[in-house]
Amino acid sequence: MPEIVKLNVGGAVNAALARALDEMPETLLYGEDVALPGGVFGVTRGLQKRFGDRVFDTPISETAMLGAAVGAASFGRRPIVEIMWIDFSLVAFDQIVNQAANVRYVSEGRTTAPLTIRTQQGNAPGACAQHSQNLEALLLHVPGIRVAMPRTPQDSYDVLLAAIASDDPTVVIENRTLYAGSKEAVEIGGPVQPIGGHRRRRTGSDATVVCWGAITAKVLDAVDRLEGEGVSVDVIEAVWLNPFDTEVVLESAARTGRLLVVHEAARTGGFGAEVLARVAESGVPLRTAPRRLGLADSRIPSAPQLAAALLPQTNDVETALRELVAGGAA
Amino acid sequence: MKLDDLLSMWRIRALEEKIRDLRLEGPIVGSVHLANGQESVAVGACSQLRPQDALYATYRGHGWAVARGVPPREIFAELMGRVTGVNGGRGGSAHFSAPQHGFHGENSIVGAGAPIAVGAALAGKYDGSRRAAMTVFGDGAINQGAVAEAMNFAAALGLGVVFVCENNRYSELTPIDDMVAEPDLSRRASALGIPAVRIDGNDLAQVRTATRLAVEAAAAGRGPSFIEAHTQRIVGHYIGDSEQYRPAGELERDLVVEPIARLTRELLADGVPTESVERCERRAREEMETAAAAALRDPLADPATAKEHLYA
Repeated sequence: MPEIVKLNVGGAVNAALARALDEMPETLLYGEDVALPGGVFGVTRGLQKRFGDRVFDTPISETAMLGAAVGAASFGRRPIVEIMWIDFSLVAFDQIVNQAANVRYVSEGRTTAPLTIRTQQGNAPGACAQHSQNLEALLLHVPGIRVAMPRTPQDSYDVLLAAIASDDPTVVIENRTLYAGSKEAVEIGGPVQPIGGHRRRRTGSDATVVCWGAITAKVLDAVDRLEGEGVSVDVIEAVWLNPFDTEVVLESAARTGRLLVVHEAARTGGFGAEVLARVAESGVPLRTAPRRLGLADSRIPSAPQLAAALLPQTNDVETALRELVAGGAA
Repeated sequence: MKLDDLLSMWRIRALEEKIRDLRLEGPIVGSVHLANGQESVAVGACSQLRPQDALYATYRGHGWAVARGVPPREIFAELMGRVTGVNGGRGGSAHFSAPQHGFHGENSIVGAGAPIAVGAALAGKYDGSRRAAMTVFGDGAINQGAVAEAMNFAAALGLGVVFVCENNRYSELTPIDDMVAEPDLSRRASALGIPAVRIDGNDLAQVRTATRLAVEAAAAGRGPSFIEAHTQRIVGHYIGDSEQYRPAGELERDLVVEPIARLTRELLADGVPTESVERCERRAREEMETAAAAALRDPLADPATAKEHLYA
């Protein structure tokens, strides 16, 4: 029975994992430090105690972890693997791109890989260049892999369960700066949702913002500032990036005539470029040139003030929106 | 029994030679890697696998598929892009699978099958199958991190993986001895706490014994094993390989010790009639001619289906 509980993102992820392990006996949960220590962020705390040997620690061997997921998934298990930082997935990209993404297609569906990779990404103050990247575009370039980036406690719960229940290999990218955030009312125990979908965070008619991940909070701050000045903005948070809700973006852009995409990932080759390309290809008429904000094409420095100079801030979003609205005023 | 072994090895040799012909004549396109000379490892190892066991091979995997029971016609069809291919032409020579026969796939990425086999064994820990997961790779793959990770992962978690290293002396085109300081590759495994043996892969009895013990250990929950089987590839790394790297006289020596020549000599020395021995080759070649001809008559995979099966 659905119930409402107060959870932060970390608690919501834990609740989703507990439910999956409880309701889907074929699930396995493993990764570095996830079982006995309960995860470096405490997200998997208590799960080994509750679910025994279906929750276990592994060597620091991302390739073996993900290869084992591909193999176990093809034999009826439903592995949930934690990759502690998305930056660490790079040492195991073969198993994601060449293996997990391929098995269903090349086997004509005889072999499948219903596995979930839970990871987290993004900059946090003081984080080094190898612990700060936003790499969703690398995964989105790979047909066969589903990708989601939940942000709120409710979405973190719902999206993770949808991913685990999905028969596709799915990467759920969380953000460690959100795990210990404030608790919110979360409905747990409701029907497991299908993959896909967006969240419309604000409704407006002057411009459309498409964004995903933790940076959405900055977008909402900027939009709320502008609202006091009578500028109303449609904000579409793309919780799922594959599948991506192109239609909702086209509908909104057609209505507002102005489009801004904001992500924390680097601009060049970022998924924002794909969103703009889809809008351009659709022929939806815009009143002014679309914009995108992302990490200036750069490595990411550790010092917070240096990183902040490269990553989009609330003021940058506000400025971009002001320019966008002014540009299409005629 | 020995005649059956000879027939099994000839089936692989004849399949590979027919594939070579079809590649040179045109119906097969693309990169093709043959396993001529290595037949005994596949025949011996697969003879010890049970239906519930999982086999992961490499791009040099046609012979392993045949030894596991994949019908040759479906292999030929796969390599020719036919709808009747084991994967309807999506896998091709280097990346096909037939899980219904316990053949869980070739892999075109050197060493990548090893971690996946670990997962098959991991699943076996929960499903009660007592599954042994066998992963086959070449000597070159021993230098891949994926293989090292897979071996340690299996050892640390006590998973029933059988690591079979077919040491054919060449890491693709480069002598393996030039790429390692320790020529005993089995020591990689023993260093990780995995029981490891080095055997003459041309000797079917040795292959059988080593594999039987490894599969038994896996099934009994005693964890992984490692077998380094010394063998030789008597053709190029791929069709078209000029093999300029081979020292003079090497191929001639290999042609004497390779397993079909070896078993043929043994049978004749045992007094088996020449006619019976020769019938193995003839029968295998006839079977492959028939299978290839049937595959050639099968319809090509339909381009309208190219987008299917990407997602659930």
